[in-house]
Amino acid sequence: MAKTYQAGVKEYRETYWEPTYTPKESDVLAVFKIVPQAGVPREEAAAAVAAESSTATWTTVWTDLLTDMYYYKGRAYAIEDVPGDDEAFYAFIAYPMGLFEEGSIVNVFTSLVGNVFGFKAVRSLRLEDVRFPLWFVVTNPGPPHGLYVERDKLNKYGRPLLGCTIKPKLGLSAKNYGRAVYECLRGGLDFTKDDENVNSQPFMRWRDRFAFCQEAIDKAEAETGEYKGHYLNVTAPTVEDMFERAEYAKEIGSKIIMSDFITLGWAAHTSLSKWCRKNGMLLHVHRAMHAVIDRNPKHGINFRVLTKMLRLMGGDHLHSGTVVGKLEGDREATLGWIGMMRDRYTKEDRAKGIFFDQDWGQMPGLFPVASGGIHVWHMPALVSIFGDDSVLQFGGGTIGHPWGNAAGAAANRVALEACVQARNEGRHLEKEGKDILTRAAQHSPELKIAMETWKEIKFEFDTVDKLDVGHR
Amino acid sequence: MSNLQDYNSRLGDPASKRFETFSYLPQMNTDEIRKQVQYIVDRGWNPAVEHCEPENAMHCYWYMWKLPMFGETDVDRILAECEACHKANPKHLVKLIGYDNARQTQGTAMLLFRPGA
Repeated sequence: MAKTYQAGVKEYRETYWEPTYTPKESDVLAVFKIVPQAGVPREEAAAAVAAESSTATWTTVWTDLLTDMYYYKGRAYAIEDVPGDDEAFYAFIAYPMGLFEEGSIVNVFTSLVGNVFGFKAVRSLRLEDVRFPLWFVVTNPGPPHGLYVERDKLNKYGRPLLGCTIKPKLGLSAKNYGRAVYECLRGGLDFTKDDENVNSQPFMRWRDRFAFCQEAIDKAEAETGEYKGHYLNVTAPTVEDMFERAEYAKEIGSKIIMSDFITLGWAAHTSLSKWCRKNGMLLHVHRAMHAVIDRNPKHGINFRVLTKMLRLMGGDHLHSGTVVGKLEGDREATLGWIGMMRDRYTKEDRAKGIFFDQDWGQMPGLFPVASGGIHVWHMPALVSIFGDDSVLQFGGGTIGHPWGNAAGAAANRVALEACVQARNEGRHLEKEGKDILTRAAQHSPELKIAMETWKEIKFEFDTVDKLDVGHR
Repeated sequence: MSNLQDYNSRLGDPASKRFETFSYLPQMNTDEIRKQVQYIVDRGWNPAVEHCEPENAMHCYWYMWKLPMFGETDVDRILAECEACHKANPKHLVKLIGYDNARQTQGTAMLLFRPGA
């Protein structure tokens, strides 16, 4: 029967709170952590978030009656306590498939984390997890190659890959920069990396950097007989500039380029990802600005959502945090999102902060990258936590070696291989790490010096963004 | 500067060539090699032997020695095939691979014989 139009403001929960609703396989599901304003009941706050992130505006409008709201609206269907937190709660929301454009991360997140985040009825809001239905997964490009194709292209098996970010971040000339790359690669690293803010500044324009780095790679490959790469950062002020740099990287024979998927923008990043598949180029993805979005435990977007988003848009590597280094990272939470990068299927696992099962639809996985403030003493823990399908990157931990980059690289490579050998023999890396490294150093003066240099450096600050657990 | 050590790696010097996993460690003894072969077996991977002239080592495709040893779990038999390949091709590099069909990749690969080493 047709409804009559009544102007005015209705309570959201009349329309958008539906606790009896059973989510469909085709729905996009989201869980938000909500802190409502004082006096706003949980159901009303949850419904308000469902409404504002889907079909509603603040007041009833006559044009609502020209459509089938029941067919299109988002629904808050469940509410849960947040363990150890009295003011926040989790709200589970289901969105029907027709609300979103196929293959558009931009579109999904313009809804899910759009205006609703400034909404007055909630004091703070955090998107904790999203379940993408299979139809949405397969309409996205996914990793240009995926981690096993990368292993085959580079002939690297049975161990994590090793990298290094060239330092100082800014100010080196292109030729001196290429020198630092060459020394790292000849010493035994698989990759070197542009820092995220190295784009094309007056001290080193991109074309000069690309050319010198490629000569460094070619010589290091000829010298060692192993395949090498340098992540040439094509992040640029315009999309046209970005593609010009990517095309030149391909022209000179580079195997891998790099982007910063948040600062570059998701549309630009997705275009680059598709270009990489089309042109046989591996894509390393940095995450500058992520901590602005994901570090506050009460407001923003959890990194696991940014991870899922990136796997769908496409990338062959993504920075994940190290757990043990200088940058923020809770161990269980990190294990949760590195699983989301690599696994065929992600199972709900609240102990790791995972709220939903996620079917990846045979989309390939990508390499998590552990980078930031790590050195040889961290190697046993890193191999244990990350396993073989990862890239471990030591910047200061390579270039800071007293004998230079090549020695620093060799020290890391020896430490890595000693840890892999010991793990394969069934030894416990995190308990026996010191013994394993000390024995390996007997055959490697480079490792011995590295171990002496970084003996006392630890980063033992508490994590700010912890998983929600009771009795904190 | 006297306590600094030079990094001695040279273009055209065969001793500077590396062969991926474990090639930065000293040559393993028999007992250590057995443990790595056991690891391949324990992971459920299929052992395979490949060999190549040292000058062509960067090619993707080395010569396959017979076929991968599908389902073989006897460490002695696996090592015997590596040895047989080496005897038949004494001037070649010989590596042992563990094929992981579940991930469609090589779970691991390690060089076992290096001529002149």
